[in-house]
Amino acid sequence: MSAGTGRAQARAGWLFITPALFLLAVFFALPVVGGLLLSLTDFDLYAVADPGAARFVGLANFTSVLADGAFWRTFANTLTFVLLGAPLSIAVSLAAALLLDHRRARLRGLFRTIYFVPVVTTLVSVAIVWRYLYHPRYGLLNHGLGLLGLEPIDWLGDPRFAMPAIIILAVWKNFGYNMLIFLAGLQTIPDALYEAASIDGAGAWRRFRHITLPGLAPTALFVGVTTLIGFFQLFAEPYVMTQGGPLGATRSLVLMMYEEGFRWWRMGLASTVAVLLLAITVVAAFVQLRLQRRSP
Amino acid sequence: MKRGSVEALLLHAALAAGAVLTLAPLLWMVSASCMQPGEANAFPPPLWPSAPTVANYTALFTRLDMFRHFLASALIAVAATVASVLVNSLAGYAFAKLPFRGRDRLFGGLAAGLVVPAQVAMLPLFLLLRELHLVNTYAGVLVPYLASIFGIFLVRQYTLGVPDELLDAARVDGAGEFQVFRLVALPVIKPILVTIAAFTFLSAWNDFMWPLIILSDGAKHTLPVALASLVGEHVQDTELMMAGSLLTILPALGVFLVFQRTYVRGIMAGGIKG
Repeated sequence: MSAGTGRAQARAGWLFITPALFLLAVFFALPVVGGLLLSLTDFDLYAVADPGAARFVGLANFTSVLADGAFWRTFANTLTFVLLGAPLSIAVSLAAALLLDHRRARLRGLFRTIYFVPVVTTLVSVAIVWRYLYHPRYGLLNHGLGLLGLEPIDWLGDPRFAMPAIIILAVWKNFGYNMLIFLAGLQTIPDALYEAASIDGAGAWRRFRHITLPGLAPTALFVGVTTLIGFFQLFAEPYVMTQGGPLGATRSLVLMMYEEGFRWWRMGLASTVAVLLLAITVVAAFVQLRLQRRSP
Repeated sequence: MKRGSVEALLLHAALAAGAVLTLAPLLWMVSASCMQPGEANAFPPPLWPSAPTVANYTALFTRLDMFRHFLASALIAVAATVASVLVNSLAGYAFAKLPFRGRDRLFGGLAAGLVVPAQVAMLPLFLLLRELHLVNTYAGVLVPYLASIFGIFLVRQYTLGVPDELLDAARVDGAGEFQVFRLVALPVIKPILVTIAAFTFLSAWNDFMWPLIILSDGAKHTLPVALASLVGEHVQDTELMMAGSLLTILPALGVFLVFQRTYVRGIMAGGIKG
């Protein structure tokens, strides 16, 4: 390759990435940095009218947010959603992938498509559908419980059940995505391993325990961390189904950020919540990288 | 019965039960959307409409003017798709095939941005767009969908598999770099572009939080935002809300079903390499 074409390629390379780089710099990188700065100011309704009115307040937002019981309540709600919802969702995804990957399974394409359908549906729509399914009197869920002889549950009106109700919706909506990634992971495990184990007399459970699970470890790590990060961003479900209620039981970090920022225009405070969300996400990604380096 | 056939029977029973549970909420939505007004609010809850009607759909388009919101969503989703395929394919191709100084370090920096949740940028982005007078405009809604680090990442991974000889042959024939991209590379990387197009369309069509923030004028709302505010006023009108939900889901479902082979393969590839 001559020096001339090398230069031409370098020039074309810069030209080709310029639109993407410009858009990402102005509409993504700049706002992220801006968010960090905003969290150090008392930017509020007055500053929305006149940005010059915002003052630098150092870490005052962080100390007041971290001293606020409502923040910790919101954090605990989000953590409940993440720590119950993410593992449950991953378990359902793995179970569906294992069923589909079974060598005797027929109509795989059809079942795979059906299981994936909730992923492509509009979250607002299905949140509305589930809101009616959860209706204490006319909802199909309580009707089903009644047929089993169980007492009706006020799913979205009882603080004990509202978060579990949202978790059930989230698992139903999302499991198809990780199921595909687990299926891809299962296909990378060589059949020869299973055959060799069968010849050695290993039963189904031992093959699963000693071949499938270790073979899926890298996939599971990826799925685990991306799901954890995604579940921390809970917003539309409580916005549509409960507005954060009852008694604040389903108020999430992102809902708090939205309300502080766009309902009360306390943007400094809202940015502080956003920065804390970013910190949690970065820690989760960092843990993933460390674990990945440790695994062979 | 042989042990193998019992196993197959249980397996398919489990698969079918999963399919029923997955589809039940959506099938009930379709059924309730065809019920007479008030029919769904009864005990025990009816599964089928006694006298199927399209009145709820007519009401959406006439009384509630949902077609306006449908058009807004369609316009945004299509524009986002076209722009994102263009912008991300150019960048992803360059990161894979056009060497320049500092390229790989730049790409590493971009990849680090993948962990930043989009919500973190939303408050300052709102203030920035206000300065640019883009609040309450469709251009403002579009802005975050145009370039995507994930999209660039997917195109780059896919393009790395294209042999250099193919591109060099075109260069020897005197093609410029843009011609090499358009005439030689694009046809080869088409599958990943279809994946990105489907991805972008679905996320722009289904998105809720960003259009909710940036569009304050109710008449301009996208379909999901309009639907969410409708449920506030019409919470008793179950049948109407189910029709609105189905109307919102259908285009997304259609795009998925048409492009599912390529789309699904793209997700599986992204997951393994991620």
